[in-house]
Amino acid sequence: MEKMVNVYFSGKKYSVPADLTIMTAMEYAGYTWKRGCGCRHGFCGACATIYRIKGKNELKTCLACQTQVEDGMYVASIPFFPTDKRTYNINEIKPTQQIMMELYPEIYSCIGCNACTNSCTQDLNVMQYIAYAQRGEFEKCAEESFDCIGCGCCSVRCPAGISHPHVGVLARRLTGKYIAPETQHLKERVEEVNEGAFDELIEQIMQKPITELQELYNNREIEK
Amino acid sequence: MNTPYPEYMMESIKKVEATRAQRMTEEPKRLTADEKDALLKEFHPDYNPDAFAEIKVGANKGEKAPLELVNLLHSTSRILNEDIDITKIDYDVDVLVIGGGGAGSSCAIEAHDAGADVMIVTKLRIGDANTMMAEGGIQAADKENDSPVQHYLDAFGGGHFAGRPELVKRLVMEAPDAIKWLNELGVMFDKDEEGRMVTTHGGGTSRKRMHACKDYSGAEIMRTVRDEVLNRGIPVVEFTSAVELLKDENGQAAGAVLLNMETGDYSVARAKTVVIATGGAGRMHYQGFPTSNHYGATADGLILGYRAGTPLLYQDSIQYHPTGVAYPVQILGALVTEKVRSVGAQLVNAEGEAYIHPLETRDVNASGVIRECREGRGIETPDGQKGVWLDTPMIELLGGEGTIEKRIPAMFRMYMKYGIDMRKVPILIYPTLHYQNGGLEINGDGFTKAIPNLLVAGEAAGGIHGRNRLMGNSLLDVIVFGRNAGKKAAAKAKEVELGKMNLDHVKAYEEELQNASIDTDTVSPLLLPNYARHER
Repeated sequence: MEKMVNVYFSGKKYSVPADLTIMTAMEYAGYTWKRGCGCRHGFCGACATIYRIKGKNELKTCLACQTQVEDGMYVASIPFFPTDKRTYNINEIKPTQQIMMELYPEIYSCIGCNACTNSCTQDLNVMQYIAYAQRGEFEKCAEESFDCIGCGCCSVRCPAGISHPHVGVLARRLTGKYIAPETQHLKERVEEVNEGAFDELIEQIMQKPITELQELYNNREIEK
Repeated sequence: MNTPYPEYMMESIKKVEATRAQRMTEEPKRLTADEKDALLKEFHPDYNPDAFAEIKVGANKGEKAPLELVNLLHSTSRILNEDIDITKIDYDVDVLVIGGGGAGSSCAIEAHDAGADVMIVTKLRIGDANTMMAEGGIQAADKENDSPVQHYLDAFGGGHFAGRPELVKRLVMEAPDAIKWLNELGVMFDKDEEGRMVTTHGGGTSRKRMHACKDYSGAEIMRTVRDEVLNRGIPVVEFTSAVELLKDENGQAAGAVLLNMETGDYSVARAKTVVIATGGAGRMHYQGFPTSNHYGATADGLILGYRAGTPLLYQDSIQYHPTGVAYPVQILGALVTEKVRSVGAQLVNAEGEAYIHPLETRDVNASGVIRECREGRGIETPDGQKGVWLDTPMIELLGGEGTIEKRIPAMFRMYMKYGIDMRKVPILIYPTLHYQNGGLEINGDGFTKAIPNLLVAGEAAGGIHGRNRLMGNSLLDVIVFGRNAGKKAAAKAKEVELGKMNLDHVKAYEEELQNASIDTDTVSPLLLPNYARHER
């Protein structure tokens, strides 16, 4: 006999197999997800979830697709949360401290409670990356926030109303575009392609009979 | 001692550990062309005749496709018996993009750049897509020892010489510019201090041309293009699926009938050009395989396009990624990126043998895993799932301590949630349904054959990868063909004059089903998989 546990979806009790995730347990209980379910593998952040184990005080946050059910789990999905993304033209902004003040001034209202870090489903140091953003240290902010999947649990818990994931995206785009060193070999290759340096060669290989291509493919040198 | 597996599995790991030092000194030999062919024929799921059926209607009548896809192609339109007033137009645009993944988003950005009035409709949220889940990287021949011609040879040969040359050409020739475009949007590629891209091999590549953003490559690309779509104010209608294309009396595409996934209400979008960018079909679970795909990967675009008269190409060719999670059961089928092998892990059977080169093409490596398991050299989990080992501790030995956390943090995190420290113990894998190699047939410019103002981009399109796709060519495909579709759709929209909209093709298709004596009680597109368990 399969081991079962009792879980509560929006307060209603269901008995489900103990080896399921919150996501598959809800399906076992008969629910069809419309919102609150995206990639099902921990990359998209659609299934932000908040829960409490019956009898314990602590509220926990997790991804429903990556979290196994526990006995006495009271579960609420957060399929949408009104974070506030500001818009900008990436070609016109510059990686200065000023830009964070303009676009996300609320980060300076951070009270240092660390609820964001405690609620992060990726175990990131969220408060630290917000601190980097405050100081205009975008590269550090980008690195620290890199594994963010944007589930928004941090923003749900933030008393200052900060939309942390959007701050991270801005820092990463500034870093990727302006701060990381330019790639010379990429620039040169694009120029070569645009100048037609490969046009003749590509036409030649496209015209070759399959037997000749098989010969070329099977004997091609593979870089060590 | 790290013992995250049942005891009998830990016993098998001892055999893996016993051969590790020896295995590290030698690269497993690569298979010859004949050996690969023999392995594929005997073990690749595409060669299982029981899993395919004949298509009885439409442009590909007489050809075969997976049973589950044939079932949808043979089913009734969702809106056949619905009373929808298509003269009442809710959205009127130049370019309608169906799908909000990597292809749809890059398409919308380019169409917007070209001055078109463009909108995206998407069944879930923008970014809930296979692009978001792509881990390993994106190919482009941008280094001195490489060239687009070499990339062409790898992609065309790896696809068993079945790719359409004009599509493979576009893929490889526009690859460097795709990377440059992404970089200029702010995608953080892995670079060294001088700005050189950190590149590795993928299965079947002859040059190290795999660019990555750790093992969040697709996520980093997707969240950047999504941010750009939102910055530009391009309308994105979420939780809204296209359920049929609309056509006019001249046979042009004219828009789509949309379904609000939450309220069940229909609406009508009129457009001068339509781009199908609906992605893949992993949630069809062909042959019972688990899948690495997102929740909405249900082949919707193939159904819409096919019913409107657009032929499919290589609809019988499916990619099973060799390394899906086999243990623990909670993440069964989740992708273990090929990059794990790119940075040094070998595939090892229950006897501790590195029975194959870890970077053969995906179809070959998947067949190899299936062979080992079928012939008794796999490990069976307590849930009955078989698999072989992926020897991840080798990565740290080869690249130095910390390599796993730095290069494949998502994999490390995914396993650590279940107490498995892949730095110390190998992980158990089995092939997972990953990608549809085929799709709706397009010409070199991304247009469908049958309908002059209908385009397809991304995984929904067929012919770019032949019968097997290489790692890193899908992220590339969604950007190259997504961007191209956006430019072409915007240009085409300027010359299209739409007539009166109709759904005649839906009725005609239904008649064809009846004439073929197909009796069906299913409706399509599927939209979402049926996972809910109902006791009665």
